[in-house]
Amino acid sequence: MHKLLLWPIFGAALIALPHGLSFSQQEILVFLTINVLVVSSYRLLTLTGEWSLGHVVIMGVGAYASALYTKELGIWVPVSMILGGITAALLAVLLSFPLFRMKGFYFLIGSFAAGEIIRLLWKRFRDPFGGPKGIKGIDPMPDFSIGIYDFDFFEPVSYYYFAGVVVAACLWILWRIERSPVGLTFHAVHWQDKLAEASGVNLRAYRTLAFAIASGFAGIGGALLGHYVGTINPNSFDIDLMVFVLTWAIVGGTGTFYGPILGCVVLTILNEIVLREMGFEQMRPLIYGAVLILSILFLPNGLESLVQKGMRALRGKSRSKEATP
Amino acid sequence: MLELLAQTGLNAVYAASYISLVAVGLVLIFGVMGVVNFAHGELFMAGAYAIVALYADMHLPFFMAVAVGLIFVGLLGLLMERALFRPLRDNPLGGLVASIGFLMILQALATMGFGVRMEHIPPVTQEVLIFSDKVRLPVSRLYVIIAAVVLLSALWFFLKRTRFGWALRASAQDPEAAELQGISIARTAQIAMFIGAALAGVAGALTAPLISVNPHMGHSVIVTAFIVIIVGGVGSLEGAVLASVAYAFVHTFVTTFFDGVIADITGLSLMLLVLIVKPTGLFGSADRA
Repeated sequence: MHKLLLWPIFGAALIALPHGLSFSQQEILVFLTINVLVVSSYRLLTLTGEWSLGHVVIMGVGAYASALYTKELGIWVPVSMILGGITAALLAVLLSFPLFRMKGFYFLIGSFAAGEIIRLLWKRFRDPFGGPKGIKGIDPMPDFSIGIYDFDFFEPVSYYYFAGVVVAACLWILWRIERSPVGLTFHAVHWQDKLAEASGVNLRAYRTLAFAIASGFAGIGGALLGHYVGTINPNSFDIDLMVFVLTWAIVGGTGTFYGPILGCVVLTILNEIVLREMGFEQMRPLIYGAVLILSILFLPNGLESLVQKGMRALRGKSRSKEATP
Repeated sequence: MLELLAQTGLNAVYAASYISLVAVGLVLIFGVMGVVNFAHGELFMAGAYAIVALYADMHLPFFMAVAVGLIFVGLLGLLMERALFRPLRDNPLGGLVASIGFLMILQALATMGFGVRMEHIPPVTQEVLIFSDKVRLPVSRLYVIIAAVVLLSALWFFLKRTRFGWALRASAQDPEAAELQGISIARTAQIAMFIGAALAGVAGALTAPLISVNPHMGHSVIVTAFIVIIVGGVGSLEGAVLASVAYAFVHTFVTTFFDGVIADITGLSLMLLVLIVKPTGLFGSADRA
């Protein structure tokens, strides 16, 4: 019963959330919402056991593609965002041919190389990618009204609601995929690859599928970002951001669906709110690095393992209460 | 045209020298400990900043500053081994992730200590070897080449002709069997980490007056080192040296005749090609990944 109540309360809290924040905090909230999608899509890829270092560049592919579709072809922004995601997914399918000849460490390095090549191509070709300065003046999301609320997309609050709905829909799809037979096969590809192959599972096809789906949602995340900030360049999607995504996933833990999201939210709050407000501007990467090291040393299963322990403790308590009337 | 080729060749030899110092250290660490040290570019940077602090700011003699830098970065390597890689022995991804964290800490420390601006380091010597009108080699570049040849020869001698080197190679090949023979894995890991880090540090220290020193200089260094160790074969020291030379020549020539970005793309594409065709590298035998 109280589980059904929990979701509307959670939703209402998310809707009310930006009104208690300052303007810059509202902007951070928009980025956080987009990053939640990126890190969740990254987790889908890690389900098959592969850790990519090119995920952020793929996100950039979505941003570049969507920006160019609106600019060059005049496509309506919401449609071009979806097309950006599809472009990123198609590129992932293309990249899977060289990359999935590798596994483990080699895949990590290979995906890094592929990502760097894409970034260098953006840098090198001024037409159409704009060179090192990137693309400026990307069409913003057109304003509209749904009667009770007027969306004005120069306001971060409006964009937060819009991105929030898109991200929530994407997360729901990712969740359904993971719970479907396809998602269970992803797990099998990781933990029981020999057995899965012997049972007639086409490992390569499933790894490619996971890579394409993850890339597609990362591309939508990139498109959401591009149409919000209005300017993207090759350095918007560099290895530093990739390290952040990796950190969120590792600190949160990739064993559960909520783990990476938890890592992203907790670290963003720590990074943007606490450290910035306290004036540790230059020390922020240092503290981030230290958090990464400490969590891999002392919390190898991520924040999610703490949550699981807490839940178990709570359940244990309530059960013991029932036992002693 | 011939002179241009000769000059570009000289530039390539110089590039090959410092690249091979970095790459050999990375391979040594990977071979003995099975860890990909993502912070290796930042160890190079630490060596360069040692020169900024000791030579440019405190006016120590250049080579004394290089020696202190070598020991300092070697000790950083020991710190990484003790604090990060030893506790994470059984976690295949752990060492790599921890080294990324360490990289961020080193970058932040460099930024806090020296600022983000590029450092100006007075030239060590203005002398130039003149072979002909258009073919010249600055002596400060010659130092890097000599250092690479001497240090890598010394390392080769150490690994192939001494008992320590023999123990090191044994624990790289088979840690358990080595331990059964009474070789301390922790000790060999420490030696490998000290040497590997010190080589990166000395490369950074020697090239510091010749390149722009800034907190983010490690990025291009680690990318280059990855290309080299993949092409050369992860775990193969000879492969790393040969691949450094090959990569330096390709990169320098493409930069001279096209441009730097095309050269970077060429290098990365070569690496992808090697990964696709022969993932163990052109000279690789040991596969520990």
